[in-house]
Amino acid sequence: MQTGRKYSFSSGQTMEKWVERALLVATVISAVAIVSILLLLVYFCLPLFTSGGLGEVFSWQWRPFGGRYGILPMCAGSLYLSLLALALAFPPAIGICFLAHCLAPPAVARFLITLIHFMTGIPTVIYGFVSVFLLVPRMRDWLEAGTGFTLLTAALTLSILILPTIALVFHARLERIDPNLRLASGAMGFTPIQQVRHVLFPAASQGLLTAAILGFGRAIGDTLISLMLAGNAPQFPASLFTSIRTLTAHIALVLATDSQSMAYQSVFASGLILFLLMGVINLFIRSFDRISKREVYEKHL
Amino acid sequence: MKKIYGRWFVLVLLVLSILLPLNQGYCGALENFKGLEGTISIAGGTAHIPVMNDAAKNIMTFNPEVRITVEGGGTGIGVQKVGEGLVDIGNTGRALSPEEIEKYGLKSYPFALDGVATVVHPQNPVADLSAEQIRDIFAGKITNWKEVGGKDAAIHLFSRDEASGTREVFWKKLLDKGPVATSANIVPSNGAMKVAVAQDPEAIGYVSIGHVDESVKAVSLAGVAASQENALNGSYPVVRKLYMNTKGDPSGLVQAFIDYILSPDGAEIIKRHGYFSLQ
Repeated sequence: MQTGRKYSFSSGQTMEKWVERALLVATVISAVAIVSILLLLVYFCLPLFTSGGLGEVFSWQWRPFGGRYGILPMCAGSLYLSLLALALAFPPAIGICFLAHCLAPPAVARFLITLIHFMTGIPTVIYGFVSVFLLVPRMRDWLEAGTGFTLLTAALTLSILILPTIALVFHARLERIDPNLRLASGAMGFTPIQQVRHVLFPAASQGLLTAAILGFGRAIGDTLISLMLAGNAPQFPASLFTSIRTLTAHIALVLATDSQSMAYQSVFASGLILFLLMGVINLFIRSFDRISKREVYEKHL
Repeated sequence: MKKIYGRWFVLVLLVLSILLPLNQGYCGALENFKGLEGTISIAGGTAHIPVMNDAAKNIMTFNPEVRITVEGGGTGIGVQKVGEGLVDIGNTGRALSPEEIEKYGLKSYPFALDGVATVVHPQNPVADLSAEQIRDIFAGKITNWKEVGGKDAAIHLFSRDEASGTREVFWKKLLDKGPVATSANIVPSNGAMKVAVAQDPEAIGYVSIGHVDESVKAVSLAGVAASQENALNGSYPVVRKLYMNTKGDPSGLVQAFIDYILSPDGAEIIKRHGYFSLQ
């Protein structure tokens, strides 16, 4: 009781006010930062709009020394790589979640969750580095997939990178589902597998989408994996075994060129595309969240 | 009389100004670091790194008060970072363009001659290629090793990023500004190129001669071995100078570092890594 009296009512209120103000300042700073990044990108892209270089940038040829600066192959590369990585990572991630949530014995479940948490902490460069020495030669020798630096190589590694993101997001959603649902279905004689199929899966369907979108966002934003493993050839990803370049790797590779060149300006166009893409992804997640709030299956604390 | 004295004065100054820097260079360049302290940050060309690292090690052993950091990034990064004042020395594998010098007010110090060698996997039987063949290979016209006397296997092309100084000299002096196939894999540094080619028996790429070791094989160019001797006597044409650049006049510490690289001690390091000193 003594400790409760230490702060009088009024000083607690001032304290609260200050915390509120500090938080507001922090929010404003981050909001201003985001908006100014967007404005800056648009500003740097303006010369493209005014000089008519826009058509040039949105073309299919990247030959900076032949005067062609198309970044569409990189857009396609980013899209293909992220979708492929998502397709590879999504089923196992969801499987792990259900396993950890209700199918596996508690000890195994705890181990799985710890493992997933551990995976989020592994630096990207470790995945890239290990893949260069382990996966790339295998791809080349076993699949005769060109140089081994291919779309598939990068997608496989990237899928390992985004798997914990998807799994953790979805696991958090599963945790929010009302336990009464499971108890009721258990009482009705559903086996655990049936519970997953007929109760949990439908109840968590919004969470599935959110997890997928977040995983996709993580995949498309990653630079190092594609830079180290995808081969960086600026061409359309015609097959799983072609070498591709993503938008992020493109920015990393071209940023060091002469800052007056058209090649350099294409970097800002790439940045703007990525930024807008991430924005759209976030909007998607928000709208899904809003829908899911109306659902009765999840407990909101 | 006054006029004559004036002339003598100018002459003495002239002689002194010629002799003094030479003198400084000769009397153990490490001595210059005595009593100095501070940090030198270096970034840029990846071909420079072995030389910079060794020089930094020697200097920091001699005088632990001096801290030197060496980063890569490539020639383009070297120009940008030193131009923006983010590092003290920006290394480039090519001469600066007049625009760059004007925009940032940079000063260049060439210190070594480097060749760029075409490299293949050590097990590749192909040991000699003509300039014409190399051009066709990189343009994507020749796609199988058997067309140039090797085994029946697809050629795996490796090239460097747009900002690379190594790529620039290779493209200008060997490929004759010809096209490079878009299917070529792009790697971001000399080291990454070496790793890629060393792992792939069907690969072809190019690295700075200083980076050539037993993990890759340098192909001779129409009978001329890609060695530093041939680069120096002019018979191997794919050569360039390596530069250090500073923004304006360097500070005392940075000047001492540059003097060290340009000194006979520095020349020793440069030579040890397969480059030729310009001194």
